[in-house]
Amino acid sequence: MAGKFQGIDFYDVDGLLSEEERMIRDTIREWVEDRVMPLIGEAYIERRFPTELIPEIAEMGMLGANLPEEYGCAGLNNVAYGLIMQELERGDSGIRSFASVQGALVMYPIHAFGSEEQKREWLPQLAAGTKIGCFGLTEPDYGSNPAGMITTAKKTDDGWVLNGTKMWITNGSMADVAVLWAQTGEIGDTKGIRGFVVPTDTEGFTATDQKGKLSLLASDTSELHLQDVHLPDSALMPETTGIRSPLMCLTQARYGIAWGVLGAAMACFHEARSYAVERVMFDGPIGGKQIQQVRLADMLTQITQGQLLALQLGRLKDAGTMTAQQVSLAKRANVNMACDIAREARRLLGANGILVEYHSMRHMANLESVYTYEGTHDIHSLILGQALTGIAAF
Amino acid sequence: MNITVCLKRVPDTETRVRISDSGTSIDPGGVKFVMSPYDEFAMEAALRMTEASGEGEVVALTLGDTTSQETLRSALAIGADRAVLLNGEVTMDGLATARALASELGEADVPLILFGMKAADDDQQQVGPMVATLMGRPCATGVSSFELTDGTVVCDREVEGGTERVELPLPAVITVTKGEFEPRYASLKGIMAAKRKPLEEKEAQISPARITVEKLEYPPARAEGRIVGEGPDAVPELVRLLREEANAL
Repeated sequence: MAGKFQGIDFYDVDGLLSEEERMIRDTIREWVEDRVMPLIGEAYIERRFPTELIPEIAEMGMLGANLPEEYGCAGLNNVAYGLIMQELERGDSGIRSFASVQGALVMYPIHAFGSEEQKREWLPQLAAGTKIGCFGLTEPDYGSNPAGMITTAKKTDDGWVLNGTKMWITNGSMADVAVLWAQTGEIGDTKGIRGFVVPTDTEGFTATDQKGKLSLLASDTSELHLQDVHLPDSALMPETTGIRSPLMCLTQARYGIAWGVLGAAMACFHEARSYAVERVMFDGPIGGKQIQQVRLADMLTQITQGQLLALQLGRLKDAGTMTAQQVSLAKRANVNMACDIAREARRLLGANGILVEYHSMRHMANLESVYTYEGTHDIHSLILGQALTGIAAF
Repeated sequence: MNITVCLKRVPDTETRVRISDSGTSIDPGGVKFVMSPYDEFAMEAALRMTEASGEGEVVALTLGDTTSQETLRSALAIGADRAVLLNGEVTMDGLATARALASELGEADVPLILFGMKAADDDQQQVGPMVATLMGRPCATGVSSFELTDGTVVCDREVEGGTERVELPLPAVITVTKGEFEPRYASLKGIMAAKRKPLEEKEAQISPARITVEKLEYPPARAEGRIVGEGPDAVPELVRLLREEANAL
């Protein structure tokens, strides 16, 4: 088994971080080592999200960590937030997904688009982990094309009635509150899409576990069914202005993913390197074979590139100049990098690599979801294509 | 009650250290330094004590160079109220360190001074009791739990095969072992708040070391394993080797 994970830093990227950023990263790294690593393999096999971790995740301040202190959050900069995502996903993409959804897809929209009452009611409880949230945008037939959604919100005298189905919803079954997106106008009206804060015990709201997954097994993935869900006017997030609003949420979540997958890649590289120098085949360690050295050199190079990419993206976000296209580039590049590294690490590990005692295959399987969610790799290619040519291909 | 916790910056116990070219110290390159784990237990004990009583401040104190600021910041991040860095060289001479700390602590006059039972790097277990001696205070070492009563502190010490309970009048010095003091994680807010807490730097009153390191050596490399045979046929040879070579039987 690999020794203690101490990060990968071939280019003294640490030297580009502040003392607080390093301390935050090291603290979460230690926590993941102590709390996540001992249980994650078993949780994965048992197909359960380890809810027992939630109180400590919240107590340490990991939920919505880049949101302001006045709502009970840690008020960190975006680089520190990214480093937290990196360390959580070093453990498992499912753990990082939990934190991403709670922070970037539930707390962020309530903070950005919610009424003051919604913020006061929900943000402190979500930060404290006493309430769990989910984000309902994707539908069975509207994944890459969310603007076409057919979930509707019809105005009534004193509120709204929601009908529709949402799919691939992380935290869906355990959520206390859902941020739901629905069409308030004609189907296809991009300006008609509005967001609602919906307690999951509202009549007509049901969630069912997604069965048959072969990826993100230590994560709650669900389908949400909305059948005549009656909501008061106060459930509407007043500042939502169309499809642009949920896309802004996705930019936040994609930013976290660009960092998170670095952690998964680092975990695989760490495992592969340790294995390469210890595993003896023929006349010596397999790390002495050129083919494995090429593998490891490629991994190190890609991780180092990804680190610098994520860090500069974070600095841009903190400076307030980051664009959604820059996030697309980093999400696309880093997830692809992590997928490659996880697969190569699994191969380097030989037959042992298919076992849950090792981590690479779990990461490899998880990363296929990460490759697909929050804008598929292909959609991010098209976003960049549009930025380059001015012609939308979707 | 005000409590001062004396800390030491040491190489992470998980780090594989290299001996430097001089042969008398470790090469700090690529080594991650942390608060000595026993000092973490002392910090935890101090924080629980002041949190339970709702009063008093916890001060983190160390002797070292500017790199020790980072160790003090981590103490502030987990909850110390302020920190003091005595600028001076840390050597193998525990008495020199103890004098420097005692001269600072003498001015502060805190009723309870905590140390980790030992530093994870040199394992000497000297400085706590020496500080107590220099200050003329009672000292309990290897304390796994303690309780403050009116003017005294009752300590449970881990001793061979059991626990010993001792009572010390305050002011006192205690060196702490793990016991019930599982250290907490710093919260992210705590880390951010650490920056705003006072960290005072002073020149240490330190005398020249009278103990010097002559030489550091790696432990001997472990010999490779040997296969003596297979199946039941190998048992007599295995027993012979265990008896004659390993002296295990």
